[in-house]
Amino acid sequence: MRKILVTLLFLLFGTSAFADCNIKSGSINILANDFPALRTFVETSKQCKGSADFKVTHSSEHNKIAVPALTANPSEFSARIAANSSIVPLMNQDLIRPLDNLVKKYGKGIQDSQLITIDGKVMAVAFMANTQHLYYREDVLKDMGIAVPKTYEEVVAASEKIRASGKMKYPYAAAYKAGWNLAEEFVNMFIGHGGEFFKAGSAQPNINNAKGVATLNMLKKLSELSNPDYLTHDSEAIKVEWESGNVALMTLWASRSGTLLDDEGDAKITAATKLTGPATVGGGNIPAATLWWDGFTLAKNRSDADAEATFRALAHAASNKKMVADAADQAVWLVEGFVPGPKSIGVIEAVKMGAKPYPMLPQMGLMHGALGSEIVEFLQGKESAEQALKDVEAAYISKAKEQGFL
Amino acid sequence: MPNKTFFWFFLPTGLAMILFIGLPIISTGIQSFYAQHDQIVKEVKKCDPFGCTVSIVVDNEETTKIREAKPLGKFNGFGTYTDRNHLALDEIKKFWNETESFGAFIDQVTNLPFYKALIFTLTYCLFVTPNVLLLGFIIALSLNAVARKIRGPLIFGTILPMIVTPLVGSLVLFWMIDSQGIIGANIQNLMNDPYLSLKSSKTLTWITIIIYGIWHHSPFAFVVFYAALQTVPQEPIEAAIIDGASRLQRIKHIVLPHIYPVVTFVALISLMDNFRVFEPIIGFSAEGSAQSLSWLIYDNLVNEEVILFGSAAATSMMTIIGIAILLAPVLIRTWKEFKTAR
Repeated sequence: MRKILVTLLFLLFGTSAFADCNIKSGSINILANDFPALRTFVETSKQCKGSADFKVTHSSEHNKIAVPALTANPSEFSARIAANSSIVPLMNQDLIRPLDNLVKKYGKGIQDSQLITIDGKVMAVAFMANTQHLYYREDVLKDMGIAVPKTYEEVVAASEKIRASGKMKYPYAAAYKAGWNLAEEFVNMFIGHGGEFFKAGSAQPNINNAKGVATLNMLKKLSELSNPDYLTHDSEAIKVEWESGNVALMTLWASRSGTLLDDEGDAKITAATKLTGPATVGGGNIPAATLWWDGFTLAKNRSDADAEATFRALAHAASNKKMVADAADQAVWLVEGFVPGPKSIGVIEAVKMGAKPYPMLPQMGLMHGALGSEIVEFLQGKESAEQALKDVEAAYISKAKEQGFL
Repeated sequence: MPNKTFFWFFLPTGLAMILFIGLPIISTGIQSFYAQHDQIVKEVKKCDPFGCTVSIVVDNEETTKIREAKPLGKFNGFGTYTDRNHLALDEIKKFWNETESFGAFIDQVTNLPFYKALIFTLTYCLFVTPNVLLLGFIIALSLNAVARKIRGPLIFGTILPMIVTPLVGSLVLFWMIDSQGIIGANIQNLMNDPYLSLKSSKTLTWITIIIYGIWHHSPFAFVVFYAALQTVPQEPIEAAIIDGASRLQRIKHIVLPHIYPVVTFVALISLMDNFRVFEPIIGFSAEGSAQSLSWLIYDNLVNEEVILFGSAAATSMMTIIGIAILLAPVLIRTWKEFKTAR
């Protein structure tokens, strides 16, 4: 009897703590990438699901399923956690709904700066910021008397010095896996050189120039200082390399710092792992990095009731001061009440240095795809930089023509 | 079997084949002749946490109108087939006129994505298929010769590569050839070159994938050959032994002719399978060095945030044609034999 009473009391207490959402019906199904901050975010929104049906799919392959899953009517997912780049295909295909009314009705705690507006309509609500920046091993740099690098030229010099000392064979690491990751590194480096991907006001490519060549040459120099298997290494793989103590300098996502600095793995390496802003390149003053936001979007092909339930649950997380306080280490939250900790230094530095956001253009995905496969042969030493850039442009043009952009 | 019985016997299978294979192929074929409508874009103001910019978006209202009028897209004829990412006819013509030597011309052509993929696919087929047949046959012969008692466990061990999921099998090997894996690190030591990587060198990646292919497909050939070996009549073999024929002569003149139809069957199936090589490329993360036709289709459909249906459909159709061309000699031969047998 007492047990039952305690359980009942606990239940009462448990529900009353999250009673503010009070969602009565609807079904919530979320598609999201898989990293710790997003898991925290989705878990927080789950707390206020009320009596709604709640499902979530965390997958690093989210980009591959998003468009087909949201095209179906009714769509498989009621919400998709997207970023600058992944919102574009959803916009191109008209798969997400404007959120203005829902924001007005239920978005009390959401700050204006969190709203992604396109043509005056709120299309997404951002909750965290991300970028790729430098990580370094303080102990190694100190031993060798190397200052913390500020530019990629210094990264190269430092890595060469470490290699020459025989301390590490492959002192530098970045996610150079052929495909999306490698293309992302090109995008960063090209923007760092002050490049523009398209000729002004058109979808014509604009990368086969001196800036493109300089970008490729820098990528090649860095790749030569990396593990020879670099073309197969994604963010997770270089994280493992780092934790094994094989690497002294690394370019990695800010959102990965949480798992990199957790208690798992060699405590000595973790203690010596330090974060700094992204590097510049080629004498430029903006960092060779792109700023990213992660935010939620709602599927268009889903009932209004589901959209409402989903929005209320996700808005609960996107305005949750307790979440950002508890998980301050996991991400740079854009939510009110966030106090940046030492792990957010990369993103904050990037913003201070005037980093540019990843270009949110309808045809950018095609360029990104063409880059991922066509610059590989240059890195392998089978092709000149000019030829590789010519190939990228040609591959992009064919795809853009098929897609109706040119 | 009388024709009528055969018809009723085959009808359910035939219907299923039309429904699940025939119609999708036709639909893919139609799709391959279409491209997306011209995108209607407009300039709008975009604001995010990092500030506001004026840039372009796709005008959905206008696009929806056009899409509803013509849902298949813009008719493109063979446009997708002949563009640079497929047969690249214009580019090849250009290279032919511009390059000075034949070698340079070939270099330029093999740099085009479709031909790059075609060459890998054909190389894979040409190396894997005969080796699979040979290895499968040798294993079947040897197993057929060992004592019955240990045959069971041996057969199980031999077909293990086929039981292991292709992706898992390739991943295991992938980690072994890592520059810090057991094979990769030992090769580095052996060659005394710390920068040697099986994964970054194109040739070595190809060799790895081909060896994996042979390892993975041999059990299939072995199982079929082993079954066929059980049907070889003992009398002619005994007679040959009495006549003093060596083991090799017996295999050449009695066993091989007897199981010949089975060899053709295995060759056909292997060729088809190998032409569609895909999993090892994903398993070995070898996209950078090795691309097959199937991988190109996959890339068009999922690797980019924008799905290229037309491109994928065109490559699919060309893969089907490729398989048909490869199989033609074997099929013609089987047909001829079938007719003479009657």
